[in-house]
Amino acid sequence: MARAPVCHRTVCIEWTPPLIRNGITLERPSPLSEPSPKNPAPAEDAESEPRPGRVRKPIGWSTIIIAALVAVSATLVWRRDGTDGVLDILTHDLSLFSGILPRVLAGCLLGAFISEILPHEKVSRSLGPKSGLMGLLIGTAFGAILPGGPFTAYPVASALLAVGADFGATIAMVVSWTLIGYGRAVAWEIPIMGTDFTLWRILISLPLPVLAGALGRFVYVRLYPKRESDEDAA
Amino acid sequence: MSAALFIDILLWGSVFGVGLIAFRRGPPVFKASLREGAMDFINIVPRIALGVIGSGYIAAIIPQEVITGWLGPDSGWLGVATAVVAGAATPGGPVIGFSIGTVALKSGGGVPQVVAYVVAWALFAFQRVILWEIPFMPARFVWFRCAVSVPFPFVAAAIAMVIGKP
Repeated sequence: MARAPVCHRTVCIEWTPPLIRNGITLERPSPLSEPSPKNPAPAEDAESEPRPGRVRKPIGWSTIIIAALVAVSATLVWRRDGTDGVLDILTHDLSLFSGILPRVLAGCLLGAFISEILPHEKVSRSLGPKSGLMGLLIGTAFGAILPGGPFTAYPVASALLAVGADFGATIAMVVSWTLIGYGRAVAWEIPIMGTDFTLWRILISLPLPVLAGALGRFVYVRLYPKRESDEDAA
Repeated sequence: MSAALFIDILLWGSVFGVGLIAFRRGPPVFKASLREGAMDFINIVPRIALGVIGSGYIAAIIPQEVITGWLGPDSGWLGVATAVVAGAATPGGPVIGFSIGTVALKSGGGVPQVVAYVVAWALFAFQRVILWEIPFMPARFVWFRCAVSVPFPFVAAAIAMVIGKP
């Protein structure tokens, strides 16, 4: 929860302050003030030293839940299959992990570069809250052509949010990546489920990203009407 | 495995492309994003390690028959709803999700139910949400997106019922 405003502010510090109004901040946006009045030092650093590091929490509650699940499961596997069973799974998953690692790096770099080079004005215009159906379609198309797996999609989606895309367009992008993106379909779904089923399933899924983005926007505006009026005022 | 190679080439090509654009904006911009990306990577690796290495164990203790048994062709909308829950609850990566879908199809599962299962798994499999999405995205966005996505496996199943089998 607390990470959202931090990343957002981090990005905004080195860009024009009005962009803070894209609505993903938890605190009330104050478009005309400096992004972080209580903490002006980083803003000055931002001039010479472009990007102050984000505050990250390497261990969060989600990590703890997963760790507990893994520990319980590994114990159950050990009781059922013995040490060999545990080691079999470990070696298999270790090789999987070493294969994924370079792609995670690529995804992180992609996200960082994209948040750096995308023109914020243009992104908030074409993917922001006022971008209409076109914004949802652009988000959908972007998600569909994005290469890579979750290690690319989520850093890039996070970058889009930070540079001015709204929840609706970002939802369209994430849902499009997961449902009609070719990455997982080519690598996993076609080999396992067959080409016919996969293409047919993708065909059925075609309208879903835009619908999900539209629903997201619809709900978002009603959940957070205050932010919307702030944006109108700004 | 040429598909994986193709995707890797595309992925690194994109990284190279946007990196080049950043570099042309000036070395400080390039260096800053390089450092930012590397920091993201370093922070994310322990969680990815835990999830990827641990997911095999989680998958090993969930009996697949339990999931596939829920997806029979006569199960109707109740079966679709069950499929959505099963999709969200399926641990492990794409191999497990799609394999369960295939097993369900081959063992006589209904097509709309299997579609709902695959779509629900793609949209909000808990393990991917916790392991990948929350570390990278603002948690508020993630929960919002998942909540908004809930109707769509049902929509997909409805379309599948209307247009028929593949």
